[in-house]
Amino acid sequence: MKFSDYLKYLSIGTIFGFVLMKTEVVSWFRIQEMFRFDSIHMYGIIGLAILIGLISIQIIKRFNVKDLEGKPITIPPKDSSQVTRYVLGGTFFGLGWALLGACPGPMFALLGSGITVMIIPILAGIAGTYTYGAFKDQLPH
Amino acid sequence: MIEFLSQPWPWYIGGPIIGLTVPLLLLAGGKVFGVSSNLRHVCAACNIGNIEFFNYDWKEVGRWNLTFITGAVLGGFLGGYVFANPEPIALAQSTISDLQGLGISDFSGYVPNELFTWGSLGSVTGIIVLVLGGFLVGFGARYAGGCTSGHAISGTSNLQLASYLAVIGFFIGGLIMTYLIYPIILT
Repeated sequence: MKFSDYLKYLSIGTIFGFVLMKTEVVSWFRIQEMFRFDSIHMYGIIGLAILIGLISIQIIKRFNVKDLEGKPITIPPKDSSQVTRYVLGGTFFGLGWALLGACPGPMFALLGSGITVMIIPILAGIAGTYTYGAFKDQLPH
Repeated sequence: MIEFLSQPWPWYIGGPIIGLTVPLLLLAGGKVFGVSSNLRHVCAACNIGNIEFFNYDWKEVGRWNLTFITGAVLGGFLGGYVFANPEPIALAQSTISDLQGLGISDFSGYVPNELFTWGSLGSVTGIIVLVLGGFLVGFGARYAGGCTSGHAISGTSNLQLASYLAVIGFFIGGLIMTYLIYPIILT
């Protein structure tokens, strides 16, 4: 990666982290509110994010838009034949999302905002990822 | 401008900007938005025990994403510290009452101070939330092959059945935790 590439991804990440804070997506309270269906807030954010993602992916595909280096953009499809892993794995993730009140993006943004104890769930998340890798073949997919 | 940056943003402003991360990363270098892969890249960088799942060139595959997430930490500092929202979050009253019933009393920050301080690691509740919560997020994200960004935003906007299934799972788990398990943990 060139220096300009680092700058590119760092900038996009910075905007992402900034908006996560401004929209309070990082908030444990907002996640509790979402799972209680008490407010449109989180649904509006995720819904509009999907809408913008959907429209832009369609534009990129239909007009064969190239990336900044002039390479064609291809998005590898996800393997939809494995139903168990998505539903069961997703359930484990959902348990953690509601418990911690943060998913991976917000974990990092919160750390940056000065809540230093977030390093603990990040390390625990790495341990969880490692556990999955170690026992992957024993788990139903 | 400073005024705008220092205020909380409504969902209809913030949602579309978060969504723009998808095309920005695709245009920047054909990269697919997904945060939890970074946890795998860290495992691959260490790979204690030489596990096959972590045997790949993490620098080649993951350097852009680790850079992206470093940016998210920086963005968190700017958005949550330098330009922090001045007022407590305008939560739904029903959520506030519900959480007060579970013993949460401080609603001033992004997260409840009862649970998210170093001192809370001294309590069983704190350890469950911070350690078990983080573990489940990491384990579940990799098991499901993605998290909120990779599945709920990237995958669904690319019309991937797998991602819709994963989101159903996210809600099964989230609702079980919210309605059945959390009340036991907090009281």
